[in-house]
Amino acid sequence: MSQPVCPLSAIPKGEAYRWEVEPPIAIFHTEDGEVFAIDDTCTHQDASLADGWLEGCEVECPLHASRFDLRTGKVDAPPAKKPVRTHQVTVTDGIVHVAVSDAAPNLPPGV
Amino acid sequence: MIRSIAVVGASLAGLSAARALRNQAYDGTIIAIGAEPHVPYDRPPLSKAFLAGTCTEDDLALGDPDESLEVDWRLGTAAVRLNPGSRSVTLADGSEVHADAVILATGARARQLPGTEGLNGVHTLRTLDDAVALRADLAAAERLVVVGAGFIGAEVASSARSLGLDVTVIEALPTPLAGPLGAELGAVCAGLHADHGVHLRTGVGVAAVTGGSRVEAVELTDGTRLPADVVVVGIGASANVEWLIGSGLDLANGVVTDAAGATRVPSVVAIGDCAAAYSPYAGGVVRSEHWTHALEQPAAAVATLLGERREHTAAPYFWSDQYGVRIQFAGHRTGTDSVRIVEGDPDQRSFLAVYERAGRPVAVLGMNQPKLFTRWRRQLSAPDPAPASAA
Ligand SMILES: Cc1cc2nc3c(=O)[nH]c(=O)nc-3n(C[C@H](O)[C@H](O)[C@H](O)COP(=O)(O)OP(=O)(O)OC[C@H]3O[C@@H](n4cnc5c(N)ncnc54)[C@H](O)[C@@H]3O)c2cc1C
Ligand code: FES
Repeated sequence: MSQPVCPLSAIPKGEAYRWEVEPPIAIFHTEDGEVFAIDDTCTHQDASLADGWLEGCEVECPLHASRFDLRTGKVDAPPAKKPVRTHQVTVTDGIVHVAVSDAAPNLPPGV
Repeated sequence: MIRSIAVVGASLAGLSAARALRNQAYDGTIIAIGAEPHVPYDRPPLSKAFLAGTCTEDDLALGDPDESLEVDWRLGTAAVRLNPGSRSVTLADGSEVHADAVILATGARARQLPGTEGLNGVHTLRTLDDAVALRADLAAAERLVVVGAGFIGAEVASSARSLGLDVTVIEALPTPLAGPLGAELGAVCAGLHADHGVHLRTGVGVAAVTGGSRVEAVELTDGTRLPADVVVVGIGASANVEWLIGSGLDLANGVVTDAAGATRVPSVVAIGDCAAAYSPYAGGVVRSEHWTHALEQPAAAVATLLGERREHTAAPYFWSDQYGVRIQFAGHRTGTDSVRIVEGDPDQRSFLAVYERAGRPVAVLGMNQPKLFTRWRRQLSAPDPAPASAA
């Protein structure tokens, strides 16, 4: 089920928003205007991907530079080994809605 | 044409080199020689989550079971000699590995405090075996003394504190971390100890570590006697390069290389903690003992080895996690750079500081500011060669 999160205008292009659910979800607004949602916590160790560096459809973790594909959650560069969970996003009337995945999250050790 | 490559040292830099070789379409033989019996594992958690008991040995694995690097791992045997003439490496068991090219990735080892060898309860921390032994010793201890308030010493203090120990940290310098961070911000980082009930004593040396078969106390140069159940010595690391003496390589606190990883000997490159590489940021040769360097620099050295010379130009970067606070640093500072807090407040343990030289940012330090830090880190450029007097 899709839930309203925030107005798209609250996330400038090239930026991310951390949605404080459990576990938190990062919502990215790319330079091309696309919107993606993935689990916020890196699968390597405890770092927030919303704090990372967004380039195209890829985010680089701010701690050890693992890169994840926002479309698939796939790891594009180590040290992370497990993909991040992705969530379905829709934008209706300027509001970002996220349908939280029912797959198990790949949280890092100790989180 | 290179058809066989020996990688000496099977840790982060060695594994990253093997990955880079395969990424760069090298399909010949790779033989990885490692002194430790373990497959490559991650060291940073050894002083952090692993010591605090929140991650396991399995979590430390660097390799990915899904990747097929086709590496012939020769683990548990150290290399004892490099013979550039015959292009071979001699191992401790007497065997020889022949290869067209050699990648040196033997890292570093913890420095010992002279006179403490063989005294039970005195530890250094570099390897998984060190961490397992320290963890077991801490479990039965009440009082820990850490010698050295560098990053590893501080992290051990933090992890031990989280386990409920009474911890004292001794530092010979007046301000911890003044070398990498400068006195002002070194003092801010050192303030974390007091915030969390850890005693820090600066500007004082260790006169003796006393005990019978097991450590009982640390005696300081000012006459103080600190009773201790466990002592951790964190006074830096030395490059593992003694085995290369006589090989024709230029050895000066590490294997000297240019910015592309090339050594003085053809078809031999050096990477990671064992390499003293030319850095445009430092304007000289430095041994960069940071994880990200060992992760990323091998790709450049491998390109160089395969005939496509590539310099590693990323700004140096490291992080440290202590007392739940994340410290991140990038760039290279010298004593004459000015420091400016651009966000937050050091007293709140959340701030971003920029080091500037001639009006240009040359380094950045963040405490609990990963997002801003990442943005500033990207803006650092290699400074113009520093005038000799400013270095
Ligand atoms: C406790 C700890 C915490 C750390 N925390 C951080 C951190 O928070 N942030 C950060 O940026 N960095 C950190 N580091 C530093 C980081 O781990 C190193 O920079 C990194 O491990 C270097 O990788 P390397 O492969 O070059 O060398 P190493 O990891 O030292 O590996 C070298 C390997 O070569 C082997 N070897 C040595 N001699 C021989 C020989 N003659 N023949 C065969 N094999 C040999 C060694 O046994 C070892 O396995 C930490 C290090 C430690 C020890
Ligand atoms: S925490 Fe993200 S790469 Fe390590």
